[in-house]
Amino acid sequence: MRHSNLYLATAALLGCFSTGAALAQDAPIAFTGATLIPIAGDPIENGTIVVHGGKIVAVGAGSAVTIPADAQTINATGKIIMPGLVDTHSHVGGFGGADGSAPIQPDVRIYDSLNVHNSGFRRVVAGGLTTVNIMPGSGHLLSGQTIYLKMRGRNTIEENWYTDADGEPMGGIKMANGTNSIRNKPFPGTRGKSAALVRAKYIKAQEYRDKIKRADGNPDEMPDRDIGLDALVEVLAGTRIVHHHTHRHDDIMTVLRLSEEFGFRVVLHHVSEGWKVAKEIADADVPCSIILVDSPGGKLEAVNLLYKTGGVLERAGVKVAFHTDDWITDSRLFFRSAALAVRAGMSREGALKALTIHGAEMLDLGDRVGSLEPGKDADFILLSGDPFSVYTKVLETWVEGRKVFDRSVPIDELHAVGGFGAGDDQIPYMCCYDHAELNQ
Amino acid sequence: MRTYTMNHTTRRDSAMKILLTLLSALGCAGMLTDGAIAQVAIRGKTILTMSGPPIANGVVVIEAGKITAIGPADTTRIPNGLRVLDANVVTPGLIDAHSTVGLSGIYNQKHDQDQLEHSTPMQPELRALDAYNAHEALIDWVRSFGVTTVHTGHAPGELISGQTFIVKTSGNTVDDALVKDFATVAATLSTSALRKGKGKTPGTRGKLVALLRAELIKAQEYLRKQENAKEDKPPSRKLKLEALGRVLNKEVPLMVTAHKAQDIANALRVAREFDIRLILDGAAEGYLLLDQIKAAGIPVIVHPAMKRAYGELKNMTYENAAKLRHAGIRIASQSGYESYVPKTRVVLFEAAIAAANGLSINEALATITIDAARILGIDHRVGALEVGKDGDVALYDGDPFEYTTHCIGTVIEGKVVSDKVR
Repeated sequence: MRHSNLYLATAALLGCFSTGAALAQDAPIAFTGATLIPIAGDPIENGTIVVHGGKIVAVGAGSAVTIPADAQTINATGKIIMPGLVDTHSHVGGFGGADGSAPIQPDVRIYDSLNVHNSGFRRVVAGGLTTVNIMPGSGHLLSGQTIYLKMRGRNTIEENWYTDADGEPMGGIKMANGTNSIRNKPFPGTRGKSAALVRAKYIKAQEYRDKIKRADGNPDEMPDRDIGLDALVEVLAGTRIVHHHTHRHDDIMTVLRLSEEFGFRVVLHHVSEGWKVAKEIADADVPCSIILVDSPGGKLEAVNLLYKTGGVLERAGVKVAFHTDDWITDSRLFFRSAALAVRAGMSREGALKALTIHGAEMLDLGDRVGSLEPGKDADFILLSGDPFSVYTKVLETWVEGRKVFDRSVPIDELHAVGGFGAGDDQIPYMCCYDHAELNQ
Repeated sequence: MRTYTMNHTTRRDSAMKILLTLLSALGCAGMLTDGAIAQVAIRGKTILTMSGPPIANGVVVIEAGKITAIGPADTTRIPNGLRVLDANVVTPGLIDAHSTVGLSGIYNQKHDQDQLEHSTPMQPELRALDAYNAHEALIDWVRSFGVTTVHTGHAPGELISGQTFIVKTSGNTVDDALVKDFATVAATLSTSALRKGKGKTPGTRGKLVALLRAELIKAQEYLRKQENAKEDKPPSRKLKLEALGRVLNKEVPLMVTAHKAQDIANALRVAREFDIRLILDGAAEGYLLLDQIKAAGIPVIVHPAMKRAYGELKNMTYENAAKLRHAGIRIASQSGYESYVPKTRVVLFEAAIAAANGLSINEALATITIDAARILGIDHRVGALEVGKDGDVALYDGDPFEYTTHCIGTVIEGKVVSDKVR
């Protein structure tokens, strides 16, 4: 396509496949006059936010924030600025996780299958999403390791993932119960068998972990390395969170039971019948990431899906986030899920948290993203109006102080709205060029 | 915690009883199922009539299933005995111009999936009438958002998947619900109608069109034979060709699901060759062929705005409806067919996305009311709030297209068929 060629040419010319540090923003940027929804506090009319070096340095009322002398000031009067959205469950990127060989495959890493050029990632930023947990599917009891991505729009998956204190990529593990993983051999045929297979695997992981512990660094005592069990040991240690597909009320209870038995940290995903067991979920102190689709059904476990789940869980004291499950719902319509929850009784404040900080916390990223606070990553979006209105548009998406989506730029508008070429692979944004120039 | 503005005020008096007796005597009892009287007045702060400008503080009066009066509240008398409903915004009952509800059930199990028969690629003889489950849960679901009429039936996915028909979203049996028993023959010109593998046909786009043309030619010959037959020696009936004969006679349009521009062009070519009425369905790349569609005078039932942008729809745009409409093409919105989750879309929500992407609120509302009725040939009965038309009304507590607005009541032929607030 026309644009792609330009991108390639420019990229080659500038030789700009650079790494992190070089991409950091040089001068501070101040946005003034906007209504800020910081999530960490009440909305601020006529607010100012200052970002520098990829971080937020100041947030507050215009009168209370000192804009640095060298700052570039952007007038955002009439717009809403809020944190970039966090999607706890997405399948963007042409994913391919576990295969048909077995129902439990913790060795598979989703990031080995992702294509950063997939146009889905452009729709993600067009929807205002800046942090996304990309997961393998739900056709397995355990379909692999997930990856937490920051929508930096860089050229390799390594440059787009979150890393922990040791520089390792961050992600969880995807599990599922209910009807999706009940299939022909070698998959389980019943719910009882599903749980038994999972328990047996975690017991194996416990034994593997204990053997490693007993070896105490002596290579002769170490068990043969098993990369699948390695991942499950992280789950048992609580450093890798289980993201668990579950719909029906009894399936939800089964997840809670297994989580208690093996002590793994879990986020319940979908939770279509969560409204039936809200108290039990609250008592277990387990967070829920939910999805709202337009009608119930399509499979037996989703027949009792209702729009009210978010509100019911919220009132029961459960921490709630939303997810797109993209392609089940399009990333560009993420606000819509939250709005439907508000329509059915969830509080606006709760729904905004469920799009941002709650999701971040469910990915162990709550100290880095999900709210507008000094010290946090400068991930934020500019909206044309009320987040819960169908007529509102995401105007700009910024990640670590850099604009990765601008609706006024034709190619970005193409991805926001659709049109010829919108579904083709895209060269993502890279350093060193102004993408607006490429579209003249 | 939420408050809704629909108040049920009943002004029952003896006049109602008299009317009930009268109607029963006249054999109209079928209209009065559930013991409800088909008489209601709806007061709206805004009434979007779709037959003229909006009415502020208006009233719609429905008696014996039909609209008998509509106008400003101060000049429109509400007869005694009518149940009175209130709403912020009142619209005609919504029309879903293309759906599969009633055939494609909520459970998505073999026993409730009657929308596609795969035994052979062309089966125009399959009647929607024989497959429709009037008690299907998803009918109740769409009704609760204000949908009162659906064009439903056999789904896209085979070259000729069968017939479609039009029903109201109420009724105990398909006969109760029926508006039009044969609305279109549904055809698909896209890769979704192809069969892969050795010996399988149709396996290519070219073959799709060849098979369709050959079948239409067969139907032309069948019609000729029927015409020329001696009265005492009628030729044997062939259901398949009879159905296509009605397409050739222009009694019934051919509804062709096509998304890519090349497939849309194929549909236009076949319609020209056989001089048949065509309705384009889906038309994700319709925006590339505005001149051609306009010149052919073909209406388009646009794909659901929120359809997934993959495969043949990878070039789809939220603005397709606006581009078609603003080129002068008559369009309607649809919920379409969904094979997984959600099992049905809600046409109101699809029109809302079109309203947020280039259509005015009035234009978007027309795609689910009057223009849908015109495309389906039922505008003499539904699609606008006018005296003499069916008493089908949707009540909302705000802008119908806003995510957070509720449908607070749905009325079909004067009867409240839903007051579920979702």
